[in-house]
Amino acid sequence: MAAFTSYVSSAGQPSYSFPQQQSAPSHASRAPIQHSFYPYTDNGGSTLGISGDNFTIIAGDTRSTSGYNINTRYEPKLFRIGGEGSEHKGSKIVLSVVGFAADGHALKERLDTVVKMYRYQHGKEMSVNACAQRLSHILYNKRFFPYYVQAILGGVDEEGRGALYSYDPVGSYEREFCRAAGAGASLIMPFLDNQVNLKNQYEPAAPQGLEKPQLVPQPLQRAATEELVRDAFTSAVERHIEVGDGLQMMIITKDGIEEVFSPLKMD
Amino acid sequence: MNHLPQAWGRPRDDIYGAYDHSYLPQTHANTHPTTHTQSPVVTGTSVLGLKFKDGVVLAADNLASYGSLARFTDVKRLKPFNRKAVVGFGGDVSDMQYLDRLLNSLDVQENYSGAATTEEDDGEAPAATADGEGGEDKHKAILDAKNLHTYLSKVLYKRRSDFNPLWNAILVAGLTTPPPPAPSTSTSSPKDTTTSKPTGPAPSRKPIPYLAYADLLGTTYSSPTLATGFGAHLAVPIMRRAVPDEAAAAKLSREEAVEIVKKCMKVLFYRDARSMNEYSLCVIDGKGVDLQENIKLEGESWAFAEGIKGYGTQTV
Amino acid sequence: MFRNNYDNDSVTFSPQGRIFQVEYAQEAVKQGSVVVGIVSKTHAVLAALKRNAEELSSYQKKIIPIDTHYGIALAGLASDARVLSNFMKQQSLASRLTYDRPIPLSEITSRIGDRAQTNTQHYGKRPYGVGLLIAGVDQKGPHLFEFQPSGVTQEMVACGIGARSQMARTYLERNLDEFEGSSREELIKHALRALKDSLAQDKELTIENTSLGVAGVDENFKMYEGQEIANWLETTFERPEGGEGEGMEVDS
Repeated sequence: MAAFTSYVSSAGQPSYSFPQQQSAPSHASRAPIQHSFYPYTDNGGSTLGISGDNFTIIAGDTRSTSGYNINTRYEPKLFRIGGEGSEHKGSKIVLSVVGFAADGHALKERLDTVVKMYRYQHGKEMSVNACAQRLSHILYNKRFFPYYVQAILGGVDEEGRGALYSYDPVGSYEREFCRAAGAGASLIMPFLDNQVNLKNQYEPAAPQGLEKPQLVPQPLQRAATEELVRDAFTSAVERHIEVGDGLQMMIITKDGIEEVFSPLKMD
Repeated sequence: MNHLPQAWGRPRDDIYGAYDHSYLPQTHANTHPTTHTQSPVVTGTSVLGLKFKDGVVLAADNLASYGSLARFTDVKRLKPFNRKAVVGFGGDVSDMQYLDRLLNSLDVQENYSGAATTEEDDGEAPAATADGEGGEDKHKAILDAKNLHTYLSKVLYKRRSDFNPLWNAILVAGLTTPPPPAPSTSTSSPKDTTTSKPTGPAPSRKPIPYLAYADLLGTTYSSPTLATGFGAHLAVPIMRRAVPDEAAAAKLSREEAVEIVKKCMKVLFYRDARSMNEYSLCVIDGKGVDLQENIKLEGESWAFAEGIKGYGTQTV
Repeated sequence: MFRNNYDNDSVTFSPQGRIFQVEYAQEAVKQGSVVVGIVSKTHAVLAALKRNAEELSSYQKKIIPIDTHYGIALAGLASDARVLSNFMKQQSLASRLTYDRPIPLSEITSRIGDRAQTNTQHYGKRPYGVGLLIAGVDQKGPHLFEFQPSGVTQEMVACGIGARSQMARTYLERNLDEFEGSSREELIKHALRALKDSLAQDKELTIENTSLGVAGVDENFKMYEGQEIANWLETTFERPEGGEGEGMEVDS
């Protein structure tokens, strides 16, 4: 009976069959050495996505870095998902990944395989929102050893509107109108807030006072949006060493994906 | 309830007794946890790669260092694979040897499966096709440099994901056949009954130079100029000055490419303390793999060292 | 009466050295409707006759595109074919992932061959009740492979399996010399004529009951059904008598 009532052992603490706290240094000496291998790296670069009412643009620079080194001036961060074969013929979904490039590639291939199997099993293309949710699950399933990437997924939804989804490394996701990710995100995102969502922009004709009416965001036109993307990147290139070399843009409409490449400063 | 969340709901030793570990599988009980490579031991330094008009040049010296000790001076770090591709290894030498064995077994497996060769291949070469590339057709079904790079990067990425990395940075060089220009499902309708004369087997697309990098993290990239290790700092700027982009590489001759790489090997020997003056150099082009494994550094002279007055503010 | 004691499982030989379960599985292939495959220097073609179980039901699936470069045609148990095609799809994607190359047809064929063989050597397992024609193009050009429930696989120039396929094979044997040099259109016509030869007397090839699969050098595998094949059927069969020589002669 005494055993049941004594919730506290003689040491003043109940004991369990697992280590209660960090052992003293004397223990550490015979324990194996700590892992010194770090499985991640940052390959720099920046991506951004903007959705309009009948298109989505995803863009990314093509520089890959390790520290101060430029690995290569052309390593795309934009990937077509689904479609036929390795050329992704007929695909209408684009994934962009920035962060650790090897994880990015692995993630892209996982998602691409899923979308291709979906088509094989169901005989139709996967919708963007279904693909977006599946991507979230793929990321979340590896939350204890995450894919170290910021992903942006773009396409056109079943109503024909531009669809854009952004993710954190463990799968939280949200549908948005615009999002910048990667090294230059902190430079580009405020610009997009102002130019796409018209934050801090007020009716110019309104009288001065406390109640200044905010400008309401209007659906974007494609040509203007492409210019916006170009401006965002040329500015980021000026101020961030990991962004540059080339700008790859993919414009997704109901007719498919159009790819545009333009050079950026290589300094 | 106490302040240890991991204790909630678990049996207390003062009531149930300590957990009897002898019931666990023996591998888990009272043995040390499995350990993996934490750092490379015997290492090779830089590997250089440079694309030119119709192929790729690859170079690496023959030294394997044990820390700062120049331990082995005849280690060949460029490994040819099935007459079509070459892999250059930097980093841990034992992991290189493991990968080399892996590639050999892959090559054997490919040759047994029958996918690689046909019966004609064993006999005389098939008659040259109209465009005179009959010799090339002979081995076209075997794994090329691009296939090999994809495979190796998957091996490296898998091992890093298991926290058991293969401590290498590698370059894969060779030729690859680009995918068809316009991905096509023939759009010719049934109406289109033009009886086109059957053409030869494959309207052979010309293989193009291929050069790509992969490392212990599974990171991969491709560029007309590549280098691992110290070469990324010292050799890449020299190579990029000559070959800033793919267009420049497409104009470069074989002789020029070899000369640039040799110059880089010299700079590396002068400036990289883990390098030596004997190296392997390999040229891969349409004709095949030309590997020289015992090139001596030409025109070695330390005269320039006389003029070095130190670094920083020292002037006399 | 004369009960066969050696056909209870697929691991027991009869005293004559036969494995009856495997032979029965091969009978299942002969129950399936006919499929035909031919290769030329540049193309591989599959043609299949689809059956509908009853007037009100839809037609069965006979050709399955697996990867962009190849597809299969089946005769026998469709459900067994689906298991195999799922496996082939997975293997094909795996090849693209690990090597970035389309799987060679000889490779995928030997992989399903190995799988089928294990079924004939393990107690409690059943051989696949389906025969396949695997047709497509890989790095070495166009190919046609035949797969049998026994695990036997062979590369063919032309082949027909399924009910009454002997008639189709006769046609193929008679025209064997022409296949290699045939154009895409000619090859399709040959396949349709061979298929037609295997039909019962009162049957015709229609857009409802015929499937075609075509792959070529630099041309992805594509399946053609319904209205897409109307023209081919027309140009192959609706010619005035004697207009298209050799095809009609062997019709009798």
